[in-house]
Amino acid sequence: MSSFSEKMKKFKWKHYINYIVIGVLTVVFAIISAAGGLKSSSTILLEKIAISIVLAVSLSLVVGFLGELSLGHAGFMCIGAYLGGKVASLLVPVFGNGTVTMLIALFVGGGCAALLGFLVGLPALRLKGDYLAIVTLAFGEIVKVIFQQSKLFGGNLGLSTPNRPNRNTFFIVAFALVLFTLLIIQNLMRSKHGRAITAIRDNEIAARATGINVTKYKLVAFMISAFFAGIAGVMFSYTNSSVQAVKFGYNYSIEILVMVVLGGMGSINGAILSATLITILNEKLRTVLTGDLAVLKDLLYALILIVIVIYNNAPALKGFREKYNFRNLVAKIWHPKNDPSIVKDDAASWDKVPTKIKMDEILSVDLKVGNEFTPDKPSKGDK
Amino acid sequence: MEFINTLVNGLNIGVIYAMIALGYTMVYGIAKMLNFAHGDIIMVGGYTIYVFCAMKAASSPAFFFVAIAMAVIVCTLLGVIVEKVAYKPLRGASPLAVLITAIGVSYLLQSLSQIIFKSATKFVSVPELGKVSIGAVSIKVSTIITLVVSIAVMISLSLFVKYSKTGRAMIAVSEDRGAAQLMGINVNSIITITFAIGSALAALAGLFYLLQSPYIYNTFGAMPGIKAFTAAVIGGIGSIPGAMLGSIVLGMIESICDSIAPIAPYKDAIEFSILIIILLVRPTGILGKKRREKV
Repeated sequence: MSSFSEKMKKFKWKHYINYIVIGVLTVVFAIISAAGGLKSSSTILLEKIAISIVLAVSLSLVVGFLGELSLGHAGFMCIGAYLGGKVASLLVPVFGNGTVTMLIALFVGGGCAALLGFLVGLPALRLKGDYLAIVTLAFGEIVKVIFQQSKLFGGNLGLSTPNRPNRNTFFIVAFALVLFTLLIIQNLMRSKHGRAITAIRDNEIAARATGINVTKYKLVAFMISAFFAGIAGVMFSYTNSSVQAVKFGYNYSIEILVMVVLGGMGSINGAILSATLITILNEKLRTVLTGDLAVLKDLLYALILIVIVIYNNAPALKGFREKYNFRNLVAKIWHPKNDPSIVKDDAASWDKVPTKIKMDEILSVDLKVGNEFTPDKPSKGDK
Repeated sequence: MEFINTLVNGLNIGVIYAMIALGYTMVYGIAKMLNFAHGDIIMVGGYTIYVFCAMKAASSPAFFFVAIAMAVIVCTLLGVIVEKVAYKPLRGASPLAVLITAIGVSYLLQSLSQIIFKSATKFVSVPELGKVSIGAVSIKVSTIITLVVSIAVMISLSLFVKYSKTGRAMIAVSEDRGAAQLMGINVNSIITITFAIGSALAALAGLFYLLQSPYIYNTFGAMPGIKAFTAAVIGGIGSIPGAMLGSIVLGMIESICDSIAPIAPYKDAIEFSILIIILLVRPTGILGKKRREKV
């Protein structure tokens, strides 16, 4: 019993909280759904949320952790949707519309997207920042044009794909895939490989100098990111009766980017939260804002993007940010005694680090009045 | 004659790209940022011309010149405002942050235009210009105007950058911002001037597009913007002659793709593939200078 409680103490809740929350919520919704309490619009919304989370978390691997901007994430999703959908529609007569078909479709869609991710990763070895952003954008557009023109995939009309096996329970499958995505990406980021990836983001030359294989890690990050975008694409093809290339344009890539930026770059939980929030907002606003007003949503995203990036990055706001940081505010409420906002990067806490030099003693030595080595007697004002 | 038509067409597309690419390349060279919103400035210029043409139904040529002047003024002001509000606070921040903000500005301009002008395509009543036939080749007057005006603008811009005091200050800032500041150059005002010039050129590009086909819509500037950036990268970003060369090359490629029926639908894919190949083989573009990264 004691060993169990010790284990519970060592168990880092912080590391598993997202699995637990998502798992519990899925189970709750599954129970409600089994009791017949979920409308079909709600299950569709849940599926959309799952797809958005997978997309946002996978993009945050490249943008947040590797520090390269990818504007072609929807392109990877497009590949997954088309190829996964095609494979599924070919396999349904053979295996039926069940688990086997779906697994193969997921594997093919994700694998092909990962292959393309490898191809996009290759320029990433030579290019950086703006150039790479434009290359990923170009890749996304090329993919879109090719699928739009090819007769094999239905051309402009789009590819009709098999529907989800069970309308009421498909969201459970979708959230299982979310957990799988989290398992892979979160564990990757907490391993030494993940630290290598963030080291490349922070300083590529320094990372190279410490012996990190930059080539390998950049390619791996792009491939994994693309793989999960492909998986999200396959899910999309299952939840929609037809796949059209027009949807996977530049705007969709930007929408995913907004999720990552809003959640905070380099934060997986942030990406999950903002993906959920934006998807729900999208769905609610879609019914409220119709016709030409629908564009107000885009305006909102644009403003969110600009304001958040300026707030988080402007050099002039550095002091303000440190003072009113969300994390610091939470910590202040949790542990009111040690206020983390006081500790600055450059102010080493020498009084907490054990050293041989007793700084406290040195500084607190009271010199006797009269022994002071001062040419002039100090006035009362300056001590 | 088919060949000459293709050639003239390619030159026409190329010089319009060059007008846009010059804005990209100058901003990139001086502010070290990719101004994603540049394409949407073209759209704003187009809509300004549309508003002025719609104001006076029987658009007289004289009034059309007023419309052009207003488009240039509006775009210049917009470029300067965007720079001051969105990009200036981020000077010194990471390039990724600046890039994302620029994307946000582009998105903002597009959605604002959709709110103001709605999403339907609008017809712009630009003056009808006929065709001129030289021998067996007939060329549109608008094409001739485009070619003459943009070549004149390009030459004067090159002279301005090379010989005027402001232009030389621009070169100095693009080579070493810190050193230029130490020499007494006001870097902020140079960056503002760069944005102003780039945006004015974008307004002219919008005009040329409207002369070609008089329709305007919200994403009017998105594709030309991306293509012109592609051209600037192919020519070597940061270099003014490079932007011109890259644009002409890209215009020719586009025109040739257009003239061959089976590959015409794939022309965007072909152009972007050329961009990727050039970046892989020679990341600095045709005329770009290689910069060593220092620790």
